[in-house]
Amino acid sequence: MANMNTKTPLMRVHGISKELGGREILRSVSLDLYEGEMKVLIGPSGGGKSTLLQCMNYLLVPDRGEIELEGRRVDPRKARELCEFRQHVGMIFQDFNLFDHLTATENVSIALRKVKGMSRAQAKARAKAELDRVGLADKGHLYPAELSGGQKQRVSIARALAMDPKVMLLDEPTSALDPELVSEVLTVIRGLAQNGMTMVMATHQMGFTRSLADEVLFMQEGRIIEQGSPKDLLAEGSGTRTLDFCSQILDVEGAGA
Amino acid sequence: MNEEFVFLLERLLPALNKGVIVSLQLIVPSAILGIFFGVVVGACRAFGGGFLGALANGYAALFRGTPLVIQLFILYFGLPNVGIYFQPYTAAVIGFTLCSAAYHSEYIRGGLLSIKRGQVLAAQALGFSTFTTLVWIIIPQAFRRALPGCGNEIVYLIKYSSLAYVITCFELTGQAKIVASETFRFSEVFMVVGVYYLFLVTVASYGLRRLEKRLEIPGFGH
Repeated sequence: MANMNTKTPLMRVHGISKELGGREILRSVSLDLYEGEMKVLIGPSGGGKSTLLQCMNYLLVPDRGEIELEGRRVDPRKARELCEFRQHVGMIFQDFNLFDHLTATENVSIALRKVKGMSRAQAKARAKAELDRVGLADKGHLYPAELSGGQKQRVSIARALAMDPKVMLLDEPTSALDPELVSEVLTVIRGLAQNGMTMVMATHQMGFTRSLADEVLFMQEGRIIEQGSPKDLLAEGSGTRTLDFCSQILDVEGAGA
Repeated sequence: MNEEFVFLLERLLPALNKGVIVSLQLIVPSAILGIFFGVVVGACRAFGGGFLGALANGYAALFRGTPLVIQLFILYFGLPNVGIYFQPYTAAVIGFTLCSAAYHSEYIRGGLLSIKRGQVLAAQALGFSTFTTLVWIIIPQAFRRALPGCGNEIVYLIKYSSLAYVITCFELTGQAKIVASETFRFSEVFMVVGVYYLFLVTVASYGLRRLEKRLEIPGFGH
């Protein structure tokens, strides 16, 4: 996954800005995402990581700028184009956002049936396969309230994967978890990365970032102010803002991932 | 004693049984239509912006803010002045439906607003349209949360169906009133009528509790 700059990017974010409640949250952010690449967003809270991810899926419509997927631009005013686009861009949320009234299997199968138009039986089979992939084959009949945080997040990953997304966006997927549950979720995400899933992930898991990220983007005040390989940005004595920030969070949290 | 028994069996019960059939014919369609319109109005009140939301809010304010008797009078005695004529039965069903939908909309609105926004985002992120999100994600949850309130409204409906007789639709209370004024046995008649209503409400409550149980989901709304 070293140098892919010769290829065209799978997803291209160009100069997007977003204002929320009169505050400028994103200021002309651009990035190119290549197939199989894993980018990690790091930075202080309020820096715009979440907003950037939500804009990349058009959950928030940027005020300015463009997003292209496989060279195709989306017109956010056209509801059908938007729904189509979102099917290709999976999203994982910090607090899981599972559908509370559906079992784990139904959480995964509902979009297959109602969005992709699969039959009930087909969707169920696919849902079971996806739950199996995240290690929850035996939990399909349970409701969200009966699952642990780590299990919930794995269901939400299965739910996104079932749509066969081209890109996955992960918004601090382990931040709402108890410490002992973090690793089961990271294991699943690591598996995805190793299988070549294209991902952008906001996280503070530094060990994970070091070992898996192709590129680290440091965001602050709505801008990407540093970007580069984790090796460069996190090298001892590199004097980067990224390193400075990361040593602060490591002090607070006591340990890396 | 014997005479009382004859009155009960040969006069009162046949009249009340006739009346209770009419009552059921009023209650069942009004309850079903009321829930249906209540969901539509509640959804408009919770999510409909601008004109639609204002219209739905105005409707709910009007029908919750005026006595049902007045609404029935206007439907049956008032509308003919502008050339709209309803049969007593039709006027009663329309009146009950509109009134109970206004109350249902309040419970449904609360249920809709209680659904966490994150679930809507998650549905959108999966490619759900606004409509499919509403139908498959939001309403099934909102309905469960609103069910105890809506059940309460149906219990009310059973009792306020007794107002149909004021617009000459002779249901349970209407029949009772006829028998009572012809025989002057007011206390006996209305005590038996009370038992009829109590029976209807008990059956309805039992059915609603069964429904709540059937729709129960672990850790949901409790």
